[in-house]
Amino acid sequence: MVLDILSWVCLVAGGLVGVVGAVGIHRFPDFFSRQHATGTTDTLCALLILLGLGLQAGLSLAAFKVALIFLFLFITSPAATHALASAAVHSGLDPKRGRTDSEGQS
Amino acid sequence: MDLLIDISLLTFLAVTAIGIIRITNLFAVIMLFAIFSFLSATLFMTMDAVDVALTEAAVGAGISTVLMLATLALNKDHNEKQPDKNRHWLPLAVVLTTGAVLVYGTLDLPDFGDPASAPQTHVAPHYIEKAIEETGVPNIVTAVLASYRGFDTLGEVVVIFTAGIAVLLLLGGRREDPLDDGAKDKRVPQNLVLRIVSKIVIPVIMLFALYVQFHGDYGPGGGFQAGVIMSAAIILYSLVFGLGAAERIIPKSVLMFLTSLGVLIFAGVGIASLFLGGNYLNYSVLASSQVAGQHIGILLVELGVGITVFAVMLTIFFAFAGRERS
Repeated sequence: MVLDILSWVCLVAGGLVGVVGAVGIHRFPDFFSRQHATGTTDTLCALLILLGLGLQAGLSLAAFKVALIFLFLFITSPAATHALASAAVHSGLDPKRGRTDSEGQS
Repeated sequence: MDLLIDISLLTFLAVTAIGIIRITNLFAVIMLFAIFSFLSATLFMTMDAVDVALTEAAVGAGISTVLMLATLALNKDHNEKQPDKNRHWLPLAVVLTTGAVLVYGTLDLPDFGDPASAPQTHVAPHYIEKAIEETGVPNIVTAVLASYRGFDTLGEVVVIFTAGIAVLLLLGGRREDPLDDGAKDKRVPQNLVLRIVSKIVIPVIMLFALYVQFHGDYGPGGGFQAGVIMSAAIILYSLVFGLGAAERIIPKSVLMFLTSLGVLIFAGVGIASLFLGGNYLNYSVLASSQVAGQHIGILLVELGVGITVFAVMLTIFFAFAGRERS
């Protein structure tokens, strides 16, 4: 019962974090701040949701697989964010500085 | 709850499709295609077609996205040509008519999972009831794919083989100077984070591909998915470390050998069962007992499928990525 509540708390919190990231993508002005919004929330969102699912599964093979998925995401997701950001820098995209109008990056 | 998930997934699918039509930036279109594939894979998941979902996620969202990006990299212009404004009505009419005919066609289709529909009453009950008894393979999809419908699967593998040969004929003729590799590698940015992460991840992907390959008898998976996942590992390697490095690991000659080896293994199992007194691709005669023979046959056939798919996917990727931007 306690585990069930805990797992639902994790699932809902993970969903909320994901929504926050999505709002960030829409509201932030340029590529890098959008990257920041998704890159940071993505991993936490996955962590919370997978933790919730793992708690639902209990100590079983399914929980082990969930842990493996998390480990994989924990490595690849920040790496993907980093690759995107560094590709943007390489192709000459500069971050917006200071106050400008809310026009998005093209 | 299932209905809610179905409705939201289908809505997302429709929105993505409209996005694909409306957006003219081809890069964004390719990304939307990948999203579309992932959504379809999820839809297959909700229908309990796990094998199909795995294939769709690996092929549709994974490899074809990479191949389309490689194609796009060959073009200078990343934007779709704006069509002539006055002639919108003709394509629209064609699309709407075709769509209407297709929707009309679906009216005659049986409901999803209808037990009285034609496909469910013919051989499906036999497969479901007898698959474990006759083949000893718990995953009925694998039993049907590799054993009961082995001849169809052989045809599919030959189709993939032909596709690989065709791409080689069209794009692979130009031999590169092997000394050119060093210059090529410089195009790849020396990114430390990516290098280390891919060094961690690539062995895991390969291990997972082997798991999908050899666990296909018991869980979702099999040769097609495993081949694609394995080639994804090599493609990741070539994206991070450069095409030259990847081609040094798996030279084109090896790839060509593997492409035909897979088909040969598949067809060879069929010939072997002919010589042992069975029908073509009847694995029951391969070993002393029926179940053992089926097991060996399915394992070998799936291995053949995996090898061919792996080699063809890599051949196509190398052929596209190896071309200079023209």
